[in-house]
Amino acid sequence: MTNSSVLDIRDLTVAYHQDGQWLNAVHDVSLKIHAGETYGLVGESGSGKTTLVLAAMRYLGSGGSIRSGEIHLGDIDLMSLTEEELRQVWGRKIAFVPQNPQSSLNPSLRVGEQLVESINPQGELSPREAEKQALEWCAKVNLPDPERMAESYPHQISGGMQQRLLIAMALSTDPDLLILDEPTTNLDVTTQVVILDLLNDLIRENEAGVLYVTHNLGVIAQICDRVGVMYASEVVEEAPTHNLFSQPLHPYTQGLIDSIPQLGDTRESIQLRAISGQIPSIGKSPSGCVFRDRCPVAIEICSTRPPLYQVGESRTSRCHRWEEIVNSEIDIHQPSPGRKPTQSGDQDGPLTLETNDLSIHFPIRRSLNEVFSRQPSKSVKAVNQVDLGISPASTVGLVGESGSGKTTLARGIMGLEKKSDGSIELLQIPLPEKLFQRDLETLRLMQIVFQNPHEALNPYLPIGETLQRPLIRLAGLSNEEADIKVRELLELVRLSADYAGRLPSQLSGGEIQRVALARAFAANPELLILDEPISSLDVSVQAAILNLVNELQSDHHNSMLFISHDLSIVGYLADQIVVIYLGSLMEITGPEVLFQPPHHPYTEALLSAIPQADPNIKSSPIHLAGEIPNPADLPSGCPFHTRCPRYLGEICATTTPPWQVDQKTGKRIFCHIPLEELVANQIQIDISSAAKP
Amino acid sequence: MSRFILRRLGFLTLTVLLTSLLVFIVTQWLPGDVCRIILGREAGQGAIENCRLELGLDQSLPVQYLTWLGNFLTGDWGISFSTGLPIYPIVMDRLRNSLMLTLVALIISVPLAVALGVAAGLNENKPIDSTVSVGSLSVVGLPEFVTGLVLIQVFSFGLRDLGLPYLPANSSIPPQSTFLEALPMLILPALTAMLVLLAYISRLTRAGVLEELKQPYVRTADLKGLPRRNVIVKHVLRNALLPTITVIAISIGWLISGLVVIENVFNYPGLGRLMIFAIDRRDLPLLQAVIMVTVLGFALANLAADLLYGWLNPRIRLE
Ligand code: SF4
Ligand code: SF4
Repeated sequence: MTNSSVLDIRDLTVAYHQDGQWLNAVHDVSLKIHAGETYGLVGESGSGKTTLVLAAMRYLGSGGSIRSGEIHLGDIDLMSLTEEELRQVWGRKIAFVPQNPQSSLNPSLRVGEQLVESINPQGELSPREAEKQALEWCAKVNLPDPERMAESYPHQISGGMQQRLLIAMALSTDPDLLILDEPTTNLDVTTQVVILDLLNDLIRENEAGVLYVTHNLGVIAQICDRVGVMYASEVVEEAPTHNLFSQPLHPYTQGLIDSIPQLGDTRESIQLRAISGQIPSIGKSPSGCVFRDRCPVAIEICSTRPPLYQVGESRTSRCHRWEEIVNSEIDIHQPSPGRKPTQSGDQDGPLTLETNDLSIHFPIRRSLNEVFSRQPSKSVKAVNQVDLGISPASTVGLVGESGSGKTTLARGIMGLEKKSDGSIELLQIPLPEKLFQRDLETLRLMQIVFQNPHEALNPYLPIGETLQRPLIRLAGLSNEEADIKVRELLELVRLSADYAGRLPSQLSGGEIQRVALARAFAANPELLILDEPISSLDVSVQAAILNLVNELQSDHHNSMLFISHDLSIVGYLADQIVVIYLGSLMEITGPEVLFQPPHHPYTEALLSAIPQADPNIKSSPIHLAGEIPNPADLPSGCPFHTRCPRYLGEICATTTPPWQVDQKTGKRIFCHIPLEELVANQIQIDISSAAKP
Repeated sequence: MSRFILRRLGFLTLTVLLTSLLVFIVTQWLPGDVCRIILGREAGQGAIENCRLELGLDQSLPVQYLTWLGNFLTGDWGISFSTGLPIYPIVMDRLRNSLMLTLVALIISVPLAVALGVAAGLNENKPIDSTVSVGSLSVVGLPEFVTGLVLIQVFSFGLRDLGLPYLPANSSIPPQSTFLEALPMLILPALTAMLVLLAYISRLTRAGVLEELKQPYVRTADLKGLPRRNVIVKHVLRNALLPTITVIAISIGWLISGLVVIENVFNYPGLGRLMIFAIDRRDLPLLQAVIMVTVLGFALANLAADLLYGWLNPRIRLE
């Protein structure tokens, strides 16, 4: 072989044709992946990483075109192949696992058939042989009951199973190169960890080269050997994984690492440093160094394009100042956000919000048949007997996976869903059940910010008017007063006054979320509910929003309910962490003792499943069996008993567990296992903040 | 799926019942006394009274409605006022003619329309796509009597003048003709209907194909290394044609009874012309019967569309 690499990309430039000009989505990228190596490509949305991997297979949609460069797959010169020949390479030599398993499977074909197609794309095997292999692959990726699975349609199986199927499809032809494009991004952490472990095992077995694309540094740290960091169409830095995390050389890499809270970070221990500014849209990056307008150490020479500097044996960086950085002569951290958000205000005193035994059930309509045969009416039990208290000026972080009922709980508190049982008290006054029964003052006292603010803002109304309306209508301000107030609000969320005239469609996701925060704060609420407020944002702007939320709270002393699927973020921000599973609370804990046993068995699994952005931590994740049960068929006894790795026996399945309070840590745990026993059997989760300043 | 079918059947029954009520009420409101219409202006009061008794017009309206509905359901559709003949065989004969025309129209339009739509969708913005779009849209803009007359001019008179075998310009098939006997006379009216359907079905097919081509599962299929043909036929078309199938089924309803203009141009004895005839002569029982058959036709076509869609789409079938 002339070439020891499975993939060798040289000086690749890919452009899209738009409004009469070519815009580079991938600019001058070279990378090499060897057999058996897992190469991580990390970048935010819009960095060009997806275009790069599609181009690497020469599978670009219309509009995209490879302008220059070479792509070699082992000995094969990909650029010289016709489409017919490419189809011989796809599937056999390169296999691809996409991001959205649901839409990546054909909804009207049985999954077995789709798997058979992958195994036998051009029909060389006998159908029987292909089917046999398909069933074997189902078993290899741990799909339960392969025969039945093969007969299912994609909509009948869960997201985790769909992804396992796609992995089976990709690996079934024993490819030389496996390309994974954010394969676990839309999955829950407990599902993600199972998929990652599966991938790890299969990859080791298979000796393929792997190109793993993700925005998640934790996943990179845990499974990749080498990493390329992509920003604004360029690979700005490349390094072996442990080097990248111990000493990032490019200011962007440093910024990325600093902007995400890792497991164990709290707002007292760590300051998030957001990367200033925004990701340039395609074709709009600055001349010279693409990171120039956001770089804390940019100097004059940076207006010329830096070449790819070779740093030592195995690293490269596209930064003019790499030598100074290697020698630690300059500090490439983003500036710290001014002040350290401190714990503010008096947290004693009567609770801002209290729920007692709150349940929210949605009745399911019975079919005529069921009515006649007198079957009891069923309901989706989304939230069950939740006791939640939020102290004044404090933040409660509610964390749960999809289907945990966390959003329903928030909506129930807001009055957007009808409660079935229990009570909700705001400032110790019971809240009327329905939204329209609540008076203006009550409505003012509670505000909510949604995950996708684009849906919550009127797209035809300029930002200024969106903010102004409630001020005039509800607070009774005059037009002039409202104008002044709008300017103040924009300033509060660090937006300049001219944003008042813009439409939501002209704003980036981060800016929109600022507007949503401004609108919520216009009412000066006692309780602010934030429902996954950063999960639809780019990584590098998430930190800025988290910092803003923090600052606003320390200035305004309001209480917050922060809802997230991400334990690291909740742990960073909250004074108290509440873990919810299948509509029931499992554990209530302070952030500083989060890692200290005793843990609720579910929290323990969650904690162990989070991939940490530190390659030195080798985690031993706990795999949860099966899928989250249907909330219409709630398990009896402990809701977690069907999947609990520490299942005690009978008692878990029959008796509702008690709330135990741990004297030492103040944790409250909803489990039958005595706390001493939990402490004796659980190990402290390893965390580190080595990469932090 | 069984629940789905039951629900659809329920809807169907409801629609038909509601229309029957509407038809009944509307025909009650039409000006003029029925017996006066039947017996003519000169009839004496006694004869009119007798006639009213005979037709049950002295009964209350709900009773009249139920009697009428019951009779309709049992196939007793009464006597046509204007011809004095039993209605049932008349309507059935016309229905048969309409169905024959529908069949021929579908056979010549659907494969062509779908093929054009698929070709256009697979070649978005390429010459073939623009040709199909411009061509079908310009034809659909023309009224049916224009396209009908042009077709007659070309395929009937034109071919005849050249001394070639030609198609008949007049499609007034005799009653009880067999399908094969009628076939030559069906072609021109069916072609005219095709020109309308073509644009409609091909546009929809094109949109369906474009929509599906964008779906990530197509990328999965391509990157498996399947031959492009398989990707298109097995993956793309399977989903892209779902809405097309629905529209075809619905257009059957239109073909059965909505071809009034075409039937007139070609003098074809279908349901559409029968309806015009009934309106012309104020032949209420005949009109009622034709409308009911039409509505049933539409409703059944819709049902077929829904069931077909549900059956082809596992997300509904396996509910
Ligand atoms: S080249 Fe200049 S602007 Fe670019 S990253 Fe290096 S120091 Fe910053
Ligand atoms: S009560 Fe039983 S099933 Fe539930 S978490 Fe504790 S040990 Fe597991």
